[in-house]
Amino acid sequence: MTEEMTPQSPDETGGAAADVEMSQYVAGRSRVNEDKIRQDDEIISQFGEYEYGWHDSDTAGEAAKKGIDESVVRAISADKGEPEWMLDIRLKGYQAFLDKPMPDWGVDLSGFNADDFKYYVKPIDKPAATWEELPDEIRTTYDRLGIPEAEKKRLVSGVAAQYESEVIYNSIQQELKDQGVIFVDTDTAVREYPDLVRKYFGTVVPPDDNKFGALNTAAWSGGSFIYVPKGVHVDIPLQAYFRINTPNMGQFERTLIIADEGSYVHYVEGCTAPIYSTDSLHAAIVEIIVEKHARVRYTTVQNWSNNVYNLVTQRAYVREGGTMEWVDGNIGSKATMKYPACILAEPYAKAETMSLGFAGKGQYQDTGAKMIHLAPHTSSTIVAKSISRGGGRSAYRGLVKIVDGAEGSSNSTVCDALLVDDYSRSDTYPHVDVREDDVSMAHEATVSKVSEDQLFYLMSRGLSEDEAMGMIVRGFVEPISRELPMEYALELNRLVELQMEGSVG
Amino acid sequence: MSTLQIKDLVASVETKDGRKRILKGVNLTVNSGETHAIMGPNGSGKSTLAYTLAGHPKYEVESGQVLLDGQDLLAMTPDERAKAGLFLAMQYPVEVPGVSMTNFLRTAKTEIDGKAPAIRTWTRELTDAMKRLKMDPKFATRSVNEGFSGGEKKRAEVLQLELLRPKFAVLDETDSGLDVDALRIVSEGVNRAKESTGLGILMVTHYTRILKYIKPDIVHVFADGHFVKTGGPELADELEEQGYDQFLPEGAGSESALA
Repeated sequence: MTEEMTPQSPDETGGAAADVEMSQYVAGRSRVNEDKIRQDDEIISQFGEYEYGWHDSDTAGEAAKKGIDESVVRAISADKGEPEWMLDIRLKGYQAFLDKPMPDWGVDLSGFNADDFKYYVKPIDKPAATWEELPDEIRTTYDRLGIPEAEKKRLVSGVAAQYESEVIYNSIQQELKDQGVIFVDTDTAVREYPDLVRKYFGTVVPPDDNKFGALNTAAWSGGSFIYVPKGVHVDIPLQAYFRINTPNMGQFERTLIIADEGSYVHYVEGCTAPIYSTDSLHAAIVEIIVEKHARVRYTTVQNWSNNVYNLVTQRAYVREGGTMEWVDGNIGSKATMKYPACILAEPYAKAETMSLGFAGKGQYQDTGAKMIHLAPHTSSTIVAKSISRGGGRSAYRGLVKIVDGAEGSSNSTVCDALLVDDYSRSDTYPHVDVREDDVSMAHEATVSKVSEDQLFYLMSRGLSEDEAMGMIVRGFVEPISRELPMEYALELNRLVELQMEGSVG
Repeated sequence: MSTLQIKDLVASVETKDGRKRILKGVNLTVNSGETHAIMGPNGSGKSTLAYTLAGHPKYEVESGQVLLDGQDLLAMTPDERAKAGLFLAMQYPVEVPGVSMTNFLRTAKTEIDGKAPAIRTWTRELTDAMKRLKMDPKFATRSVNEGFSGGEKKRAEVLQLELLRPKFAVLDETDSGLDVDALRIVSEGVNRAKESTGLGILMVTHYTRILKYIKPDIVHVFADGHFVKTGGPELADELEEQGYDQFLPEGAGSESALA
């Protein structure tokens, strides 16, 4: 469970070699491809409507210093008044961060410098009990994002809002509290539930797991801690909302979810940030423990602005008969590396990853899944979809590992890539390591272009080229969007549409 | 009363061996309420004519005109042609995964009419039209053409024809791949559309059997990129007996067998 994914020889598709032209629908229009590229570029250059790009003025952010060293790590821990054991974990993480080389695979990290970021920005002293208690500007931000509204309408049964390094608001419905469900920020959990945290923290993603996981372990702040007692079903999702506000911010939330035997919980997270000319960093860790016959679903709709490095480690440890489901929508960010993983540790554990990566201009979405089968009769499913346009690049990178003795296990992997134009790129790096004979494996990968015939068919029924393209793309993402809670499905469709705007000349 | 005029239409397509001229001067006038059968051997360019009229980007118009009530269709994109009142029922309708038939039909109807149909009447209209075409109600929730059988695809095309109410419909081998029952159901759908809207029809076909169900007013023989003979319904009977060989260049030989 500590191995890093290694690059495979790429099975590259797409790129400039694609020979199908699309969008030449009027007789006499030039068929020269360069013209179309220029047209697209002009349209894309006017395409600045990332909707969450505003920022609040903030003194805390301005005052924070950049860079990390041991004293910064110690200062974060001291400021939080942490016990010694947590400081030790942080220091282990920091040492591992120093020791580990930068990954030489995946997204381009040549412009990445760990000293460019601010590691700890504390916008307010303690979490607010009500939205009204928050400073006006921050409250307005969350109003604009629609979070208090969702809470009021009881679309969610608990809300966590993280702003910079801290969870500034956290609530949970009283009836869940009464059933013993814990939903607090992870800093509070260290203070109030030290035994639970100490038992599980860093057990699924150890401090030296990978470079950015190690950085998170050193500098973590905020994130959610959830404990669902035996047999309790949290029917309405718990929601977390992550917002970066300050330039050059590094956000390192740390989420730990423990679903005790036979319980169920669905956790949904959304992420946005302002547009800045300099880069920000989001390096989170999510650890999930799925006890016997429990089920956890973790849904992400990530819409970071295009100046955010999104380097996230998400992993679940699944016990007998348990089920883990990752639903992962990556629409935003400059570069994302994220491979939600499941360790199927005991018999009959099940896991599923459904992911969507959308790579627009200047974006690189390197996403996928890891499924590690350690026990007999474990099963996993991976459905990965990606869309590339405007020169964007997406990759599916996956690992399926079945150890000797995990007989009767199965995996099914489907990756579909959709290229919307002639100069975007999609790669597939599937890595399969099976050491057991009695298994069932299925792998299916497709790369398709939006076809001339599909566009023509829809246009011949009265849809404009843009509408036709939108309909085809929405149809492509439908298997993922139908897994999302309704308001997130609408949001995802809207984001995809926004991303697609002006995609045809 | 509407008129579709095709004047001296010349069109070509890019092939592996370079640009190839397929339509070599097509002339035709169709009025509302008329049914024209366009018959001809394989490879004569019938389907190219159908796709060129609807504006498929693969076919390049070199010269000629297509006017719908005087409007220049060739200057329009395919969606503009559809809004002007032209409909193409395709021989091989394309699959659009993840898009439900309901959503697709409603979007198309909204675009063609310029406004969204009232939900209650629309639902009734859709259900009734599907019932008449003997389509399973579950059909509406399936993705556009995905996993449809040949017969289901053709029914779905005629369903669209009935719902979108165009002025002119080009039916590209709508009869191909249908068994006798399906052929009758599909033909009845086309006839209903004609009765209720005064539709003008260009029916591209290879075989005469559909003409038993959809009676043509005029029959054309299309060979080597243009019309070579025009007549009344009796011309179809003549073709039934004699085949297309008489219209082919010496020694070319028709691969077709009329059914």
